[in-house]
Amino acid sequence: MTVERTCDVVVIGGGLHGLSAALHLARSGRRVIVLERWWVGRHASGASAAGVRTLNRDFAEMPIALEAIEMWHGIAKLVGDGCGFTAHGQIRVAERADQVAALEARAAEGRRRGYDNEEVIDRAELRRLVPAISPHCVAALIARRDGAADPHRTLKAFRLSCEAAGVEIIEGCGVTAIERKGSDWRVRAGDRAFITPAVVNAAGAWAGRIAAMIGDVIPLGHKASMMIVTERLAPWLDPVVSAVGRSLSFKQSDKGTLVIGGGLQGHADLDTLKSSVDFVALARGARAATELFPSVRDVRIVRAWTGMEAKTGDLLPVIGPSPGASGVYHAFGFSGHGFELVPVVGAILRDLIVDGATNRPIAALAPERLMTIKAAA
Amino acid sequence: MFRKLHEPTQTVTIHIGDVAVTAEAGETLAAVLLRQAEPWARVSPVSGAPRAPFCMMGVCFECLAEIEGLGAVQACLVQVSEGMRVRRLAERRELAQEVGS
Amino acid sequence: MSRELDGELGIDLIILGAGPAGMAAAVAARKLGLSVTVIDEQPTPGGQIWRAVDTIAATPHADILGVEYRKGAAAADAFRASGAVYEAGAQLWQIEPGSTSGFRAFVTRDGKAWTVTARAVLLATGAQERPVPFPGWTLPGVLTVGAAQILLKSARQIPAKPVVIAGCGPLPLLYATQLIAAGGQIAGFLDTSPPGRLGRALPHLTRALAKASDLWKGLGWMQTLRREGVPVIRHVAAIEALGNGRVERVYHRTHGGAEAMIAAETVFVHEGIVPNVHVAMSLGCAMAWKESQDCYVPVLDEFGETSLPGAFIAGDGAGIAGATAAGLRGEIAAIGIAAKLGALDAAEAAAKALPRRRQLERELALRPLLDAMFRPRAQVFAPADDTIVCRCEEVTAGTIRAQVKLGRPGPNQVKAFTRAGMGPCQGRQCGYTVTRVLAAAEGRPAAEVGFYRVRPPLKPVTLGELASLDTQRSLI
Repeated sequence: MTVERTCDVVVIGGGLHGLSAALHLARSGRRVIVLERWWVGRHASGASAAGVRTLNRDFAEMPIALEAIEMWHGIAKLVGDGCGFTAHGQIRVAERADQVAALEARAAEGRRRGYDNEEVIDRAELRRLVPAISPHCVAALIARRDGAADPHRTLKAFRLSCEAAGVEIIEGCGVTAIERKGSDWRVRAGDRAFITPAVVNAAGAWAGRIAAMIGDVIPLGHKASMMIVTERLAPWLDPVVSAVGRSLSFKQSDKGTLVIGGGLQGHADLDTLKSSVDFVALARGARAATELFPSVRDVRIVRAWTGMEAKTGDLLPVIGPSPGASGVYHAFGFSGHGFELVPVVGAILRDLIVDGATNRPIAALAPERLMTIKAAA
Repeated sequence: MFRKLHEPTQTVTIHIGDVAVTAEAGETLAAVLLRQAEPWARVSPVSGAPRAPFCMMGVCFECLAEIEGLGAVQACLVQVSEGMRVRRLAERRELAQEVGS
Repeated sequence: MSRELDGELGIDLIILGAGPAGMAAAVAARKLGLSVTVIDEQPTPGGQIWRAVDTIAATPHADILGVEYRKGAAAADAFRASGAVYEAGAQLWQIEPGSTSGFRAFVTRDGKAWTVTARAVLLATGAQERPVPFPGWTLPGVLTVGAAQILLKSARQIPAKPVVIAGCGPLPLLYATQLIAAGGQIAGFLDTSPPGRLGRALPHLTRALAKASDLWKGLGWMQTLRREGVPVIRHVAAIEALGNGRVERVYHRTHGGAEAMIAAETVFVHEGIVPNVHVAMSLGCAMAWKESQDCYVPVLDEFGETSLPGAFIAGDGAGIAGATAAGLRGEIAAIGIAAKLGALDAAEAAAKALPRRRQLERELALRPLLDAMFRPRAQVFAPADDTIVCRCEEVTAGTIRAQVKLGRPGPNQVKAFTRAGMGPCQGRQCGYTVTRVLAAAEGRPAAEVGFYRVRPPLKPVTLGELASLDTQRSLI
């Protein structure tokens, strides 16, 4: 016999976006249940490089990214812990003179649109901020209020804050079906069922499947981005560094390890959950790291992994109400750069569910843009 | 902490930090470290506590030392050679900041 | 997970490990006409049991080490003459299956990385000592008995001051007698076998008598200790190493509650050995939890092939059985590999393997008795809360147990939240303890809790070494 529980909101997905949504909604007085198929932070959130970045984002995301960076600067007030967030800036390096013009054009376009978070810096300023950068680098684009955090501390803080706000998190509970029950939804997970007027689809790389359950056909691929973590080193690098024309993201964590990502692709299977590192491909990332930072040649790699995360066709997230299924809200598809948006996405979902609308600019992120078939619920 | 049973006939001189040490040709660096007044190879990057060789077979990673400028090498897998320069890892590894000009 | 081997056919067989099993397999495989590359991280062949046998066996020092040790010299000679390519001092940090068949191994030595591709792989990585966490075990001066024996063999060195030896099983006894023969001193021999062990072992006695000579040998060792006046304390249940920055004294307490402190600057510990399954796990080979041995053993067919076609295991890595059994298993695996690669038909393979299987059976006769007699006491798997379990990241047993309050996490979840298993040893020293602590705290069997997911790099590789792979490719 199916045991049915009722609540105000079911959040599908116990990653950071799901937890952020749950937290904001619970603090607005809603009874929230989070259904997580494996365990909190099992996939993208737990494999994240945790870059807190507005730098070089698609302008469609920039307004909410800029609001989010301010929330990161007060993250302890939001979730009771600093989450390891430090703001030494994010830097995108130009190694050749012919790349500088593109950086300047980017900065100018940002200013034209009213964003002043990015500026071009010259070689002297670059070397002052990143003394270890290879001398061949000529200039860079910087967002000074950007930085990085600790993914596991962040997960823990969001989880504990959710629980303190009365959110119920059920792990090992994968959603198998979603159907109408009057004006509400019945969310089934095996032999359990939850009756709710509002559903948040924060199911990460599996969100396309959840969307299909309510009739939204939203094409969703996945990325298998590889990361390297090294031995611990004495503090040596403050900003997070990327480079024009390279798949490289390079930072030093607060534990002293170097965390190197950048989007080189390994292998991952969404159904078997098996992922593996392609070392031949990863070698290119290691080479990029040693060419930009020559003194890391002898630093030991202690861990490498491939994380599974969702990817949309335009690499922009899907945030907004389902066009056909009223009461269902999507928040997924962050395509490898969702971490920074976590605090604001929860606020957006709170707006949508509690107020029925949001002032935060998300029109460019609407699900409809990716949907070719609109189906009635 | 340890002593040899014999006087080696074939010796090499290695340098552990600033100290010149006589070792037997072909023995592992970890064995040499365990004969020193300071038997430790590194400190724990978590607590700073000294760590010395533990398993002598490459599965514990306690004997990590800097050998010929290469950081974090397992000393139990390396045979000493004449003039070898070794540094104990007394604090978390420091990387160079200024790279050329 | 499969991927293209870029059209590289490579060689017939990669053997990982140049110990008794690896060397015997190399010799046998070469005789059967296979092309072989042997990869081993030690600078010379012999594995652990025949460590430095190349240089030591012919010397008087070998007398201390016993007759078994000298057998290794003949094996090493045959190995060096076999025609196998021998990559000594090379560390394997990844091995992966190809898209349809074969394997690619990633190796480093002296700052350079390269790959080797082969149609089959034999893992002969041997065993390691079972990790035994206890308060103070990270202090300089605490070593495994195996480590002490390696120092005796390869560097001819012994503790300068009287040492405490604490453990269970044949190895501490053997080492103690070797140490005495070398002129060393023992401040205390702490036998950690719990009371009643002999009773549990008796059912295995009849089978064990096939190897009766080994049994007599063991009894002789204990006599030697007593004769030399070594203080022997039986049924020790708990030990602690204490001191400021190094071991200064060792505390022990028996099952009966008797406590004492021994002044010592070195203590050697041993609670049995377990197969080194790190590489096998990274390849995804099926493992079985062996309750009677408190460890995982790979699931193998009669030639030693794992659940991954073309991947074989021989030696102590297949199951603890000693050097002679390892050599036999190596030969049997080589026969199986040759058959798989088409160099032998099934009937020939069976015929060649048969006499070796008979010999192997005799070698294995003593094992159930030894397993029962020397099964580690429960305390080994239940360290007190303030005991460091993960040496690399200094995570205590209490921290692991605290994770259980958040649900029924497995080792990988606990790894993510506590950093246990994230250090350079990648769980080799903490994996079993974490599994057992979680199992006890969650009230479920260790086999269900599972083990850390083992991921490459299997040995730390530098950014420059990894980068050198890319440079090579771009030169093609």
